[in-house]
Amino acid sequence: MGNTKKTALYEIHKKLGAKIVEFAGFYMPVFYTSIIEEHRKVRSSVGVFDVSHMGEIEIYGEKALEFTQKITVNDPEKLEVGQVQYSAMCYPDGGIVDDLLVYRFKDKFMLVVNAANTDKDYQWILDNKIDDVEIKNISDKITLLAIQGPKSRDTLQKLTSINLSEIKYYWFKEGKLADIDMIISRTGYTGELGFELYISPENSERLWNKIFEAGKEYDIAPVGLGARDTLRLEKKYALYGNDIDKTTNPLEAGLGWIVKLDKKDFIGKDALLKIKSNGIKRKLIGFITEGNTFPRKGYNIFKNNTIIGKVTSGTFSPSISKGIGLGYVDIAYSKIGEKIFIEIRKQKIKAEIVKTPFV
Amino acid sequence: MEVPNDLLYTREHEWALVEDDTVTVGITDYAQSELGDVVFVELPNVGDPTTQNEAFGTIEAVKTVAELYAPVSGEITDINTKLEDQPELINKDPYGEGWMIKIKFSDKSELEDLLKPEEYKNLIKKD
Repeated sequence: MGNTKKTALYEIHKKLGAKIVEFAGFYMPVFYTSIIEEHRKVRSSVGVFDVSHMGEIEIYGEKALEFTQKITVNDPEKLEVGQVQYSAMCYPDGGIVDDLLVYRFKDKFMLVVNAANTDKDYQWILDNKIDDVEIKNISDKITLLAIQGPKSRDTLQKLTSINLSEIKYYWFKEGKLADIDMIISRTGYTGELGFELYISPENSERLWNKIFEAGKEYDIAPVGLGARDTLRLEKKYALYGNDIDKTTNPLEAGLGWIVKLDKKDFIGKDALLKIKSNGIKRKLIGFITEGNTFPRKGYNIFKNNTIIGKVTSGTFSPSISKGIGLGYVDIAYSKIGEKIFIEIRKQKIKAEIVKTPFV
Repeated sequence: MEVPNDLLYTREHEWALVEDDTVTVGITDYAQSELGDVVFVELPNVGDPTTQNEAFGTIEAVKTVAELYAPVSGEITDINTKLEDQPELINKDPYGEGWMIKIKFSDKSELEDLLKPEEYKNLIKKD
């Protein structure tokens, strides 16, 4: 852990009394006061996340589009300048390298990747590089703040002359906010109205303070990775390393909608076509448990006395005050309404497969 | 992190308050801050036996679950039923309203195995 990095806002997190843990090579805040309070803040008002650990990789050059097509499963050609796309990179066997966001600029594409995967992704991209593209890993040169919640727009609007209502979901603008140059992106990982701001690290503290001043009337609060996880899980957003990884493919993960099998060649296409025509064997489902013990990653999922899968993510849901979880189950038992059991410390807890998102 | 001087501690972060032949047991301030929001505690019943260093219950936080370990062997004489509806008392007042169980101990010498406040302070410093 000798090389654990700090984000530009590390001292602020410490000063705020955050509980800090090592995550994906960074010292990150898990919570400041309480995961539940922070979770509810984002659902009801507005919260701020430092997610500077995320990676950013830029693709320049004449063939930047062609190359982005090759390495991602969605279709970046459909993007206009100023638009964002959720996508993934796959291995030739259809397993997932990472899930990511693709930003289209006039002169480049920017891929925003999971912190734990930044080095791996960068290497993967270099290994598959074609002529006439230039790749830059700019992860250390970016502070990324996520401002999320129904009051996020009202908060940020006070700080900029850009009309934030004109930025549609999964679009972005470049401009000034709090007098700082940035990318203002209408994206997030919470399922709420929200924005993600990409800035240069030297402006981090100034921006943080301005946002908290602006959000004071909405009782704005800092939010840690703990609530980030419960918020995303309630919306069934996949988390790499839990719900998706190199042993899972996007089709069984419920991400078929981002896989454009009718586009030209891309890495993993042949395998995914085959998987599709053979039919998936298992599926990522969401379930709710009964009682007061909660599902956690790695627990077995049962139908009667047979193991049909494993929990990939699980938590107490602060919104519905029940146990919720995701897991892959045999396709035969993957229907909504299916009664299943989760094995929690040698007990079999009743659970039911439900429609997602949970909230 | 608060470590009261009048308590004894386990290496698993429970505290024990000794009064006559009974100990009151809860988890430490350090433990609650590591766990985060407690959402459920599963406690034994009055009359159940406990064995030193063995689990007597479980504690569910939002993101994790942990076992609770008995500081001494004996018999449960009381449980904090308030925790059923207000598990958050463990976060708010771990040494007070967040207490969990009382054990009438069967072997007084077991108390010598527990950590003194200074020793416990050293333990959590290393963590």
